Amino acid sequence: MARFLVKRLFSATLTLFAVSVLTFLMFFALPRDPVTGMCPKNCNPERLERVRDELGLNDPLVTQYAGYMKGIVTGRDLGSAQGGHCDAPCLGWSYVTNEAVSDTIARVLPVTLSIVIPAAVLWLLLGVGLGMVSALRRGTWLDRLAIGFSLTGASLQLYFVGAVLLLVFVYNLRLLPVPSYTSIFDNPLKWASGLVLAWISLAFLFSAIYARLSRAQMLETLSEDFVRTARAKGLAKPKVYGRHALRAAITPVVTIAGLDVGGALGGTVITETTFGIQGLGRTAVDAVRAGDLPTIMATVLIAAVFVVLANVLVDLLYAAIDPRVRLR
Amino acid sequence: MSLSPAEGVALAEIESGGGAEAPERGDVVGRSPGRLAWIRLRRDRTAMVSGGMLVFFMLLALAAPLVEMLYGIGPKEQFQSLLDGFGMPLGYAGGVSGEHWFGLEPGLGRDIFIRLIYGLRTSLFIAFAAAVITATIGVVLGTLAGYLGGWLDAVINWITDLTLAMPFLVIALALTPTLVLRFYGEREAVSPAFGVAVLIGVFAVFGWTSTARLVRGQVIALREREFVEAARASGAGLGHMLFRQLLPNIWAPILVSFSLAVPQFITSEAALSFIGVGLSDETPSFGRMIYRSLDYLQTDPAYVFFPGIAIFALVFAFNLFGDALRDALDPKSSR
Repeated sequence: MARFLVKRLFSATLTLFAVSVLTFLMFFALPRDPVTGMCPKNCNPERLERVRDELGLNDPLVTQYAGYMKGIVTGRDLGSAQGGHCDAPCLGWSYVTNEAVSDTIARVLPVTLSIVIPAAVLWLLLGVGLGMVSALRRGTWLDRLAIGFSLTGASLQLYFVGAVLLLVFVYNLRLLPVPSYTSIFDNPLKWASGLVLAWISLAFLFSAIYARLSRAQMLETLSEDFVRTARAKGLAKPKVYGRHALRAAITPVVTIAGLDVGGALGGTVITETTFGIQGLGRTAVDAVRAGDLPTIMATVLIAAVFVVLANVLVDLLYAAIDPRVRLR
Repeated sequence: MSLSPAEGVALAEIESGGGAEAPERGDVVGRSPGRLAWIRLRRDRTAMVSGGMLVFFMLLALAAPLVEMLYGIGPKEQFQSLLDGFGMPLGYAGGVSGEHWFGLEPGLGRDIFIRLIYGLRTSLFIAFAAAVITATIGVVLGTLAGYLGGWLDAVINWITDLTLAMPFLVIALALTPTLVLRFYGEREAVSPAFGVAVLIGVFAVFGWTSTARLVRGQVIALREREFVEAARASGAGLGHMLFRQLLPNIWAPILVSFSLAVPQFITSEAALSFIGVGLSDETPSFGRMIYRSLDYLQTDPAYVFFPGIAIFALVFAFNLFGDALRDALDPKSSR
């Protein structure tokens, strides 16, 4: 177990290292001059040259990369125009927003977490539950309803569902306020009412996919010998389905859920754009529009960290769910 | 729809006295799995209906200039005279009339119907091109990794993990302006074709992972089978092994994954256009239209529905057909 974890974390670190190098190259090496993008209309040559110097763009690439990485691990000293010393998880200084990138991230990360975590709980419960029910009641009207729901949901687009929900609940019925983010610690009710449409639209679309997948898996498992054996030896139905069959059927669902949740934590760009909520995804989009390289770099890295961590977590969950899986 | 009979497949179901397909009455006819799947597909009502819808959409997309001629309005024409002082279309439901079937865009006053037809063209072209490219990359990398194993397998696997770890939307978003800057100057106009090419390129780089994983798994399962061993023992080269022995045995899952990849690329293209990557506003696109319509959600609610429903119908038909195809190709699948 411990050996597996070390091995897995090592390969995860390697992946993250590669992602960081690739992103760095992509944004710092590819364009003809990254600074022009960072300094909008009223840009004089002196300012350009100063920014270039402060960002260390005149240094060789390897030095730049090493400096960036050192900043993340131990913090580093930036020029006085960049707010002086920058503490440990230093992601650089943004000339566009005029603040340390880590401050921006600290502000927008809770927003994305507040969107994704409740939505993920909803979509997993709804999706897996629906899949199970329709597999157990195969061929009934309930099953057909569930299939119809999942087919429709899998073909709908988030921005369309979001737009329709906005139109109905916010603009026409005026049941909900215009979506916005309030911290859960300030006002839990306002937090929920401001984000509930985002949760519903995310959960609706994702649960459709999960219902499909878990139904197919459950049907396959139900025809396995061990299920029949368990029934034959007199175990009660709920116990067989809930403990034996569900466990076996849920492993592929866990894999996909890991990837989906990990990906969503890295920024729900479409959801945030549709509902006009400023989370990690929206911040990344704005950073790209403004050519704000340090912020782009940070958002990409954070998104990658979430995906990689989710993958490690999925591997660990596998062992917990399926006793046949040995971690080596 | 061409389901060519697969080479090298040992299985051929034999049926005596086989109806219309039999050349002579009472003869024994061998049917290839492809043939059998085609027969199953033809019997499936959902498959036929969704397939018919797809053919209709494709014809519509191909014949877009013809539709434009018959309809009499081009995608770039503006009808400012039919908008009120605030740029809102006059009349009901966003200006729907006998002349403009789906109404007009607020602001620019372009005809929505003809823009949807051209958007269909953009969408289908990008999706098919991306699906073909990613399927090719995925099949080549997947078979190589699965068949050769060893360090090559490890490397390809790791690259797959790496690709999955990159946040696709953000990278695509960030990469596009960079690429545009590389090929065009600050102020130069970017040609629409370039935007399309960039989108397809982005999909090619990020979209091959699932096919590669699928193919790798299938090849690993086949690798130790007798017929592979026999071919290897008789001295078959790598190319022969991959393309003559292995591929014909896994074309069914590849075809299914291809048919389900197309709607995914349609969705992704719309999503990317929605957040403003690649396609300029000039190129008609579903995603672009929905994005613009969000600004008018309160003032012209009809605007969001036309592109929204169009893309839903298209993706829905593809998903239904993909599912039916899977059922037809896999007799064991339960639905």
